[in-house]
Amino acid sequence: MKKLLTGNEALARGAWEAGVHFASAYPGTPSTEILENMTTYKEVISEWAPNEKVALEAAVGAAIAGGRSMASMKHVGLNVAADPLFTFVYQGVNGGCVVITADEPGQHSSQNEQDNRNYAIAAKMPMMEPSTSQEAKDFMMEAFEVSEKFDIPVLMRMTTRGCHSKGIVECGDRKEVPIKEYHKDVTKYVTVPANAKKMRIKLEDKLAGLLEYSESTPMNRIEDNGKKVGVVVSGMCYCFAKEVFGDTVNYLKLGFTHPLPEKMMTKFCTGLEKVYVIEENDPILEQALQRLGFADIVVGKSLFPKYDELTSDVIRKCVTGKVLESIEYDHKDIVNRPPALCAGCPHRGFFYELGKRKNVMVTGDIGCYTLAFAPPYNAMDTATCMGASFSSGHGAAKIFDKAGSDYRVVSVLGDSTFFHSGMTSLTECIYNNSKTVSVILDNRITGMTGHQQNPGSGKLADGTTDATMLDIETVCRALGAKNIKTIDPNNLKLVKETLDWALGLDGPSVIITKYPCVLKKFSEDDKNKFPNAYKSKDVVDADKCVGCKFCLKSGCPALFLNRDTKKAEIDPLQCVGCGVCEQICGQKAIRKETK
Amino acid sequence: METKSVLLVGVGGQGTILASKLLTLGLMEEGYDVKMSEIHGMSQRGGSVSSQVRYGDKVWSPVIEKGSADLIVSFEKMEALRWLEYLKPSGKVVVNNHEMMPMPVIMGQADYAADIIDQIKKACKDVTVVNATDEAMKLGNGKTQNIVLLGALIKAMSLEGINWEAIIKANVKPNFVEDNLKALKVGMSLV
Repeated sequence: MKKLLTGNEALARGAWEAGVHFASAYPGTPSTEILENMTTYKEVISEWAPNEKVALEAAVGAAIAGGRSMASMKHVGLNVAADPLFTFVYQGVNGGCVVITADEPGQHSSQNEQDNRNYAIAAKMPMMEPSTSQEAKDFMMEAFEVSEKFDIPVLMRMTTRGCHSKGIVECGDRKEVPIKEYHKDVTKYVTVPANAKKMRIKLEDKLAGLLEYSESTPMNRIEDNGKKVGVVVSGMCYCFAKEVFGDTVNYLKLGFTHPLPEKMMTKFCTGLEKVYVIEENDPILEQALQRLGFADIVVGKSLFPKYDELTSDVIRKCVTGKVLESIEYDHKDIVNRPPALCAGCPHRGFFYELGKRKNVMVTGDIGCYTLAFAPPYNAMDTATCMGASFSSGHGAAKIFDKAGSDYRVVSVLGDSTFFHSGMTSLTECIYNNSKTVSVILDNRITGMTGHQQNPGSGKLADGTTDATMLDIETVCRALGAKNIKTIDPNNLKLVKETLDWALGLDGPSVIITKYPCVLKKFSEDDKNKFPNAYKSKDVVDADKCVGCKFCLKSGCPALFLNRDTKKAEIDPLQCVGCGVCEQICGQKAIRKETK
Repeated sequence: METKSVLLVGVGGQGTILASKLLTLGLMEEGYDVKMSEIHGMSQRGGSVSSQVRYGDKVWSPVIEKGSADLIVSFEKMEALRWLEYLKPSGKVVVNNHEMMPMPVIMGQADYAADIIDQIKKACKDVTVVNATDEAMKLGNGKTQNIVLLGALIKAMSLEGINWEAIIKANVKPNFVEDNLKALKVGMSLV
């Protein structure tokens, strides 16, 4: 049966066909749809974990208990999960386990461009890199076999283009794999030094076996077109290179990239006049070829960029110096269209008020609200990683305090980010007692990645099964917070008063803005608690509007100035009646539409 | 056959993804090798979005190079101008006569030029301007503008031979099938 699948859909399909029993993940572009697709396979226990470390640890437990398991995450997520990863490689598995990392050359939706192939090398684990959706499915199935045969977890390395592009995949049925029997074995699973030292030595034997496998697996192959120029390539770059070179070069197509098949690489390069190594980000394959003695014929990062995607246009330009002919025209009237907070976004009211504050450093975090750094709000000073807002805010507040500075710190993160790693950061603020205002923008869902459930949303990963709903205010109280207020962020007066209150305190405080994301499919709980949300529209009374443009400072994409009348208008297709602009307008020219 | 490349561009939320999904399913049914690439994530939030569809006997890269698209279907005027450099010099443009204001325009930092369509026509010989949003509103469901544009795309690429009705019936929620079939028909009549 043929299906058109994205790489992410194909990975989920492959895991399902391979009989996987347990899948865990934390959402993050471009990996999110892997677990979302797993939830459609009812034979599999599929869960959103609070963060990537927890997701991997749950998969570790599931594998040790005898099930086939997987954990998927974006590249920076593997940083969070790195702690269990390195030791899990020593322990090995019972049921097979596959860890998926979705890297982002080009940083379409990420804060950095780290190359997670380095993790396979550092953790000493096998790695696979599919080039197509078909390979994503096939490799995933093979990965479980490799994991069980060599008693080691497998790293599946994807990149954005592979995750999010579709191709035709020949699909099969699920092969039910019995859950293996669990045997207690402290020498295998308890990594006290005495045991771990033995595991470390045994790991070298496993790697030796994997090296042999790497030389013989069809995932690694030579495509000999009888040419004197070769291309060494893995992952999506294979497709990009084929687009440019076609059959005019020989290829060493690598799908199993740690440990690398050194004999095959040597065989491939021997006799060639030139070898292009086409790999995004770090020169890992290139350096391996240099070590093997081919430095004089290998062309890699001296020609191809160390950053961004190496799509066919980039390769073409590097190799031939040319690009395809295209239309020339004037670009001066093309206006940038940066992403913006949606019309009705419950973060808008809060950032509108926060942006007005002087002498406030706003430490931000990872989520839709990071967009508040931009005009018109200009309400963010930093964004580092998940959870860093509260902890970095703490450090900054301590220094401002020590320096006798007037600067105060407001730290902002979302509900899902709070559960991910904000709770430990809030503990820092409270335990070490800083003059911080820690704000949890609780929009009742994981927003930016497209609405995944989280421990605060009251639903499991499938979106329908009821779950224990963690109450954020109660959690903050349990962590020792004494000054806590939960507010409606669409009420500007209340937002202002609450910020005044918090900034007037001499110790840590917590503000929770609680209002569901405008794009969220409301749960019963949301419907009960927010019965009037997004059920109206605002309109501008043209007689009262003086064209002062003050309302445009709300940064709402539904509001614009009519070119001809020079008065504000509201796009009825976008407006959901949040009422923020009504409160901003000094002329009282904006009101709810009467039906 | 040589690989064909179709670029669907617009603003996040306009429905480019569903249109390109239906397109790729139809092409697969017809026996073509098909690849499609999209970028999700932050760009969803009112940003500029693209779906890249390539089909033929054997497709390698899912990504369309600058200067290689056979057709650009733009759901919004400014986006057509933005992506025009991806068109082959001999390529076609189908553009929806619809404006969505980017944030710098809303903020008064930039103007939305009134002659965008003229600029596109000046740069490219084969331009078809359609009122997909208006046509969809006339049908009673503005959201079907994406299917109106899919209809125009099908005509522009001479893909009428594929059973699109069956593709829509199999992949669209039952309540929306009728609206979408009407929209498809209207779209096909516009090119």
